[in-house]
Amino acid sequence: MAEKVGIVAVAQTKFDQKREEHLTETLVKVVRDVMKQTGLEFKPDGTGIDSTVVASQDYFGGPAGIHMYYAYTVGAYKRPDERVELDGAFAVAYGAMQILSGHHDVVLVVGHNRESACSKNQVENLGLDHIYGRKIGLDFVAAAGMQAMRYLNKYKITSEQCAKVVVKNRTNGKNNPFVMHANGVTVKDVLNSEMLADPIRAMEAKPVPVDGAVAMILACEKKAKKLTDKPVWIRGMGMCYDQHELGYRDLADCKALVSAAQMAYKMAGIKDPVKELDVAEISEHYSYQELLWSEGLGLCGKGEGGKLIDKGTTSMGGQLPVNPSGGLLSGVPLCVAGMQRVAECVLQLRGEAKGRQVSGAKTALAHGVEGPAGQLHCVIILQR
Amino acid sequence: MAERIAITGVGQTRHKSKRPDVNTPELVTEAVEAALKDAQLTMKDIDFMVQGSFEMADGQYLPDMWIVPEFGGVGKPGFKLQNAGTTGGVAAAAAFHCAASGLFKNVLCVTWQKMDEGQGAFGRGGGGLGEYWQSQIPMSPITNFARRTYAYLHNSGCTEEHFAITRVKQDQCALKNPYAQLRLNTTVEKVMESAVLVWPIRFLHMCPSTAGAAAIIVSPEKQAKKVTEKPVWVEDWFCTHVGGAYTMAEEPTLSTLRYGCETVYKRRGITNVLKDIQAFEIYEPCSPAELRWMEEVGICEDWTAWKLMEQGKVGIDKEIPFNPSGGVTATNPIGATPVLRIIEAALQIRGDAGEHQVPHNVNRALATGYGGQGENVIFLLRKSL
Repeated sequence: MAEKVGIVAVAQTKFDQKREEHLTETLVKVVRDVMKQTGLEFKPDGTGIDSTVVASQDYFGGPAGIHMYYAYTVGAYKRPDERVELDGAFAVAYGAMQILSGHHDVVLVVGHNRESACSKNQVENLGLDHIYGRKIGLDFVAAAGMQAMRYLNKYKITSEQCAKVVVKNRTNGKNNPFVMHANGVTVKDVLNSEMLADPIRAMEAKPVPVDGAVAMILACEKKAKKLTDKPVWIRGMGMCYDQHELGYRDLADCKALVSAAQMAYKMAGIKDPVKELDVAEISEHYSYQELLWSEGLGLCGKGEGGKLIDKGTTSMGGQLPVNPSGGLLSGVPLCVAGMQRVAECVLQLRGEAKGRQVSGAKTALAHGVEGPAGQLHCVIILQR
Repeated sequence: MAERIAITGVGQTRHKSKRPDVNTPELVTEAVEAALKDAQLTMKDIDFMVQGSFEMADGQYLPDMWIVPEFGGVGKPGFKLQNAGTTGGVAAAAAFHCAASGLFKNVLCVTWQKMDEGQGAFGRGGGGLGEYWQSQIPMSPITNFARRTYAYLHNSGCTEEHFAITRVKQDQCALKNPYAQLRLNTTVEKVMESAVLVWPIRFLHMCPSTAGAAAIIVSPEKQAKKVTEKPVWVEDWFCTHVGGAYTMAEEPTLSTLRYGCETVYKRRGITNVLKDIQAFEIYEPCSPAELRWMEEVGICEDWTAWKLMEQGKVGIDKEIPFNPSGGVTATNPIGATPVLRIIEAALQIRGDAGEHQVPHNVNRALATGYGGQGENVIFLLRKSL
């Protein structure tokens, strides 16, 4: 990337099982927070914050066009307010592209979701093709079950290794005041929890429902330096679609993630991710995904995800800590998930991650994913 | 702007109320293939994709997941946007942002709606309504425009007949557009006799439900010149959203369309709208809206557009070339509708609009996307920069 885009402020709500407030109140809280941090406003002449990119989902939120709540609630009147209806990481990448286009200087990015308003399984069933997937009652949990089964069988990954991911992330999550599903669990607890979709057990899936929101402000290089002493720069972005039909891909090889990671690494000039990255925040909707996505991101070889967790490479204090925030397994809503990964990386690079800080972190990777069995990936490289 | 950008290819499906012969991915692929053919490119050349559709009107969660592989998008980067009625507008704006970022060569913007499979009325009816009381009263785009149209009748002194005259003009344009869905060959009498939905809005004033798709290809200057001899330059674009609920939204006299147009006119030094812009393709969800929109884009004084319509000054080969495609009242695949406006503006500039071609030289065209209760995306396209 020839030009730099800086993240100058981030804010997140506490991620609760059910937020006892109207969505508009949640939005006001996070947006006011980043406005206060930067002193930026929505000025009546259209300056200040130039544009907003929101990540949200109508099917979860309630009314169709739920983004329409946004502008009049937070005061973003008469200016762009575009909505990416995918995971929040894509909204961050699009916000950065708005700045790279030279069309906007300061972009607010907001992600929100109310999983408590809807049944996740029911909605995700609507996310499959009308002809086969939907009719046989498939949802994203069942799709993940098939992916986990294929991955575990093909590379001889064990259930214990997957359970270790849960133990690691929930232990990390204890240091993160924003998540609520962080508590000490053992491998035995995980393996004794209820079976969701063989081989995925209840504790190995992202807790549902979780409500909450994240906001951040992106700015062009010149303005970013004025707005904060500690800007975090977006140095690389990559995305990639995979096949929809599960039978069209080898679910144990996440080709789309490999491609998205290569695109981001090339942009950021990263050749050896394990050596050059200091921290990674990966969207593991299920325990096995942290291992599989690590392979896709090139943090280890194909089929070596199990060894990665066994060796402790990704633990706090390891060579490349993954999900010091506690990850999705500690409870983060959909849509918000990828954006919250970016927000956590920003806190790490600014040295503000407190109890979950990876000391001296200079380069970070944030990852977001969408669709059944990880059909669409987004990788963002951030630097201090 | 980092890079100057141009539209190098456009494509759309033949729009119909129902397309039982294809599923959504197949429908979308028709538009993608048409745009690729127009640009003489293949999917191999596309290095970024922007998708747009109003999910609830499709009845599909994450519809891009099912659709993108069908037209050859596997292994490529991209994302999907949705802003209800302005979905196509923000998707096109996103494609313009991505192309101007300098990161990509050929950006495909593809938008669709297959309303014969989804719950369009539910999707639109629930648009942005607060749970507490707005959704308890039957607010919808129809009631919203009934309110606006009532205000227009009151403020302008026109009669209901003028809305029928407007519809007949729109219909006559649509008759010349081979892609348009409704080609009714209607008369003022028939429109006046059609059922009242919410007075003063009648059945024949409103836009239809459509199954259709639209795609454009956008490239930075250097690449655009390689791809086509007739690039259509994207001079400027501006999204202006207020959101809010129907009851809280702008009054009929305060408009994001007016504000958005004034903003881009100022940025581009446009002072005499009718002289500086040679074709207008404005998102009009119902016939009466077209009159108000003519005033708000700056063609005439407030509350006078009906006189121009009555005098027969509006039409493809008339003084005011407004909505030569037949407009949204003829064709409305929601997510794709704003992109259809851009396609029409581009075709007019290229001189490729066939029977509905504006006879004079079109150097600059204005296209818009409307949505929700007061959201507008404004686009200015040019033949040469």
